[in-house]
Amino acid sequence: MLSAPAATNGTKAVVSVRSETDSQQVAKRPAASSPGGGRRIGSALGRAAWWTAAVFGLPFGLLALWWVLSADSETFYLPPLSEILASFDDVWLHSDRLAADVLPSLLRLAAGFLLAVVVGVGLGVLIGSFRRVRAFCEPVLEFLRAIPPPVLVPVLMLFAGFGNTMKVLVVLSGCVWPILLNTVEGVRAVDEVLTETCRCYGIRGPARLWHLVVRSASPQIVTGLRQALSVGIILMVISEMFAANNGLGYTIIQFQRTFAVTDMWTGILLLGLLGFLLAMLLRLFERSALHWYFGLRQSQRDDGQR
Amino acid sequence: MNSTALPQAGSGPLLDVRALRKVYAGRGRSVEAVRDLTFSVGAGELVCVVGPSGAGKTTLLKCIAGLLPPTSGELVLEGAPVQGPPPGMAVVFQEYGRSLFPWMTVQQNVELPLKQKKSLDKARRRQLVRDALAAVGLADVPDAYPWQLSGGMQQRVALARAVAYEPHILLMDEPFAAVDAQTRADLEDLVRSLWQRLGVTILFVTHDIDEAVYLGQRVLVLSASPTLVLDDVAIDLPAERDQLGTRSSARFGELRAKVFGQIQRAKGARPTDPAPPTDPALPADPEHADSDPADSPADVPPPRQSTDAGSR
Amino acid sequence: MTRAATAAPPAATAPAPAGRSGGTGRPRGGNALLGLLGFAAFLAVLEAVPRLGLVSADYLPPTSEIAVALNELLGEPRFWTAVTDTLRGWFLGLAIAVALGVLVGFVLGTVPVLREFTASTVEFLRPIPSVALIPLAVLLFGTDLRSVLLLVVYAAFWQVLVQVLYGVRDVDPVARDTAHTFGLGRWARIRHLLWPTALPYLLTGVRLAAAVALILAITAELIIGAPGLGNEINRAQSGGAVDSMYALIIVTGLLGVAVNVLARWLERAVLSWHPSVRGEGTP
Repeated sequence: MLSAPAATNGTKAVVSVRSETDSQQVAKRPAASSPGGGRRIGSALGRAAWWTAAVFGLPFGLLALWWVLSADSETFYLPPLSEILASFDDVWLHSDRLAADVLPSLLRLAAGFLLAVVVGVGLGVLIGSFRRVRAFCEPVLEFLRAIPPPVLVPVLMLFAGFGNTMKVLVVLSGCVWPILLNTVEGVRAVDEVLTETCRCYGIRGPARLWHLVVRSASPQIVTGLRQALSVGIILMVISEMFAANNGLGYTIIQFQRTFAVTDMWTGILLLGLLGFLLAMLLRLFERSALHWYFGLRQSQRDDGQR
Repeated sequence: MNSTALPQAGSGPLLDVRALRKVYAGRGRSVEAVRDLTFSVGAGELVCVVGPSGAGKTTLLKCIAGLLPPTSGELVLEGAPVQGPPPGMAVVFQEYGRSLFPWMTVQQNVELPLKQKKSLDKARRRQLVRDALAAVGLADVPDAYPWQLSGGMQQRVALARAVAYEPHILLMDEPFAAVDAQTRADLEDLVRSLWQRLGVTILFVTHDIDEAVYLGQRVLVLSASPTLVLDDVAIDLPAERDQLGTRSSARFGELRAKVFGQIQRAKGARPTDPAPPTDPALPADPEHADSDPADSPADVPPPRQSTDAGSR
Repeated sequence: MTRAATAAPPAATAPAPAGRSGGTGRPRGGNALLGLLGFAAFLAVLEAVPRLGLVSADYLPPTSEIAVALNELLGEPRFWTAVTDTLRGWFLGLAIAVALGVLVGFVLGTVPVLREFTASTVEFLRPIPSVALIPLAVLLFGTDLRSVLLLVVYAAFWQVLVQVLYGVRDVDPVARDTAHTFGLGRWARIRHLLWPTALPYLLTGVRLAAAVALILAITAELIIGAPGLGNEINRAQSGGAVDSMYALIIVTGLLGVAVNVLARWLERAVLSWHPSVRGEGTP
C-alpha cells in the first residue's frame, strides 16, 4: 500500500549517488542487458527455443499424458481426452450455445463487474478520502465483505427473481468488496508530498481526483479488479447453476444432471479457458495502465542493488 | 527588523512575515516549532534561509506556502494575507522522488499545473513547457518518466514545473539536500541563472551554509527551535558567481565564517535560551522527524533525538 | 508493511493499516466510537427499511426478527452440526492446500529450471474457476465431504503456492551469495535463508487461502448440497424461512470475520520475532 512513498524515501539517497553527467545523455534506463558480440544472434535463437520449451513444454506434456492415460479409459466419469476434444466442436461451436449460453453469461459478468468498478472505486475514493467516513464505515465493511458472496444468491433471488437482474446483482455484490476495500487502501496511502504539490499548484477538483487520487491508488485498484474478476466468474457460474434457463453454468449443470459426461467435460474445459482468457485480458489492461508502476518499482529495485 | 533590506526593484516588500509563530498541538502536549519570525523579502530578491537541522525551516516554508496555518502572526504576500496556497507561488520540495507524478511523463508533469490556469490556451501552454524544459537543460527528454531519470534530473523537472508556472515567488525547501555534490553545484548555478534571467523572487531554504552564501543576496540565519531570526547577513559578493572563483574568494570565506559563527552561537546559545513555555524535550520540527536528516552535512548537528520523535 | 507491497506486482490485499496514513496520530478511541456508531446505524437502517415498507418484510425482515431467529438457531443442535461440518471442510481443505502449497512452492521455487518450466502451467491453471469442478465433484463424490475438499483445496492451493513462490524469489541475492561462499548445504540454505524469507509471504498466502477456503466450503454446501451452513441456507430459503436464512447468512459473515481475525492474529504472532517486521518500526 505504501510501497511508493516508503520505497522512494529509501531510494532518495541512492539515486543521488548516480552522477548527473553520466545519465544526462542516457535518459532511459537500459533494458535488460543483452549479451554483446557475435554470439548475439545465436544465443537469441537459443533463448527463444528455451523460452518456447519452458512456456509450452509442461502444458503440452500434461495434455499428452492425459491423452495417453485416458485413451483406454473405461471409467464412465473420466472419458478419453480424445473424445472430449472431439465433441468440443459439436457441443460449443457447431451449435447455438455460443450465442445462447456463453454470450449471455459473459454479458452478465461484464455488467456486474463494470457496475462494481464504478461503485467500488467511487465509494472507495469517498471513504478513503475522509478519515471520519472511513472510521464510520470500517466495521460494517469488514463484516459485509466477510460474508461469502455465494450465500447472497438466495437473498438476491428473493428480491430480483430469476432473471438477468438477479445475476448481475449477484456478480456486483461479490465484485464490489475487493475493489472497494483496495481502493480505500490506495487512497489512504496517497503520498503527502504529492498532495502538497497539488495544493501549491492549484490542482483541485476533478483534476486532483483523477491525476492525484485515482492514479495514486491505481495499483491497489487493479489488485482489487483482479480479485474481483475471479470472484465474478465464480458468481456468474453459481448464479446460473442455481436458477437459470441459459448460460454456461446452467448448461454445464444440465450436462451433469443428464449424465452427459463427455459434454460436461467440454464445459469444464471451456470454463477454464474463459477464466484464463479473462485473466489475460485483465493482465493486458494492467500492463498498459500500470506500466509506470512497474517501471518505478524496477528502478527502485535496481537502485536497491547498487 | 530590517524590512527594507536591499529591495532590488525598489517596489517594496513582496513578502512580509511578521511575528510568525507556529505551535503544533499534539495529544495533550504541544511543540513550539517557530517562536517569532519577522522578516521581509523584496520583489526580485534571492533570499536564503539557513539554520540548523530541525530549526523549523520547513515549518516556516509551509506556513508561507499556505500549507500550514500559523498559530499567530501575519503573512502578507503581494499585499494580501496568505490564507491558502497563493496563486502566484511555486514550491520546489526536497523530496523530488515524491513530488513528481510517477505516472506522468516529464512534459505532463510540467504541464499539469498550467492546465489549471484557465487563461492559458493549449499552444501557449506547450510553449511554456518547452521553454521551461529547455531552461533547465531537459529539452530532450519530455517523454521520459521521472523514475527513468537520475535524482538531479528529477529535481530539474521539478524546477521546470515551477518555472513554467510563472510564479512571482519561488519557494525552495532544501531542494538539493538529497543530490550528490557535483550535481548540486550544477543545480545551484542553474538556480542563479534562472533567477537572473526571469527576475523571479526566490526564498531558498537550506541547512548548508556554503550553499546559502553562494546563492543568496541575503542570508537569514535562524536559531535552533523554537526559531528566531538571529541575523540577516547581506551578501555583497559580485552578481556573477562561479563555483570555483566565488567559493575561493576571501570575501566568501569571511561571509561564510560569519554565518557559521552565528549558527555555532545558535547551537551554543540553546541552553541559555529563555525557558520556553512548552515542553523543550519534544522534537523541534515534527516534519523533520519524517523527512530524511541523514543528508545533513557535518557542519550542522543531527536533529535532536527524543523519545517522542516517532510518536504520531 | 513494505513486505506485502514488494510481493511482486500488486500481490495481495493491502496489509493491515498502520504507518503513513492520511491523518497522523489522531485519537484512536474516537475512531472506535465512530465505527460502533456506523454499525449501529447500519442495523437501524436494516430495521427501519422493512418497517417503513420500503422493502417487503417478506424479503428483508427487520433486524430484530432476524436476531430472534438467530437466537433460536443457537439453541438447535442441527445448527451446531452444520457449523461443525462447515468448519471441518474449511479446516481440512485449508490444511491440505497449505501443505501442498508449501511443498510444491519450495520445490519449484528452489529449482530454477523447474520454476521456469512450470510458470506457464501455474498461470494457466490458477485463474480456472474452482466452481468449474462442481459437476465433476458431484459425479465423483456426490454430497460427500470429499466434494467440498476438492473445491476448497483447488481454490486455496493457488493462493498459498503463488505467495510461496514470491517469497522464495524475494531472497536477498547478497544473502544467497554469502550462503554460497560459506558453503551452506541445500537444507541449511532452506532452513536459514529461504524459510525465514518466505515465511511472511506464506502467512499472507495462508490468510488469503483461509478466506477463500471458507467461501468455497460454503459454496460447495450451497450448490452441491453437502452438509453444512450453505446447505442450511438453501433449506431455509426453499422452506420460506426467510428470517432464519438471514440469520444463517449473518453466521457465515461472522465466521468470515473470525477467520480473518484469526489469520491476522496468527500472522502477527508468528512474525513478531521475525526480522521482516522491521519495516514497521523504522521510518
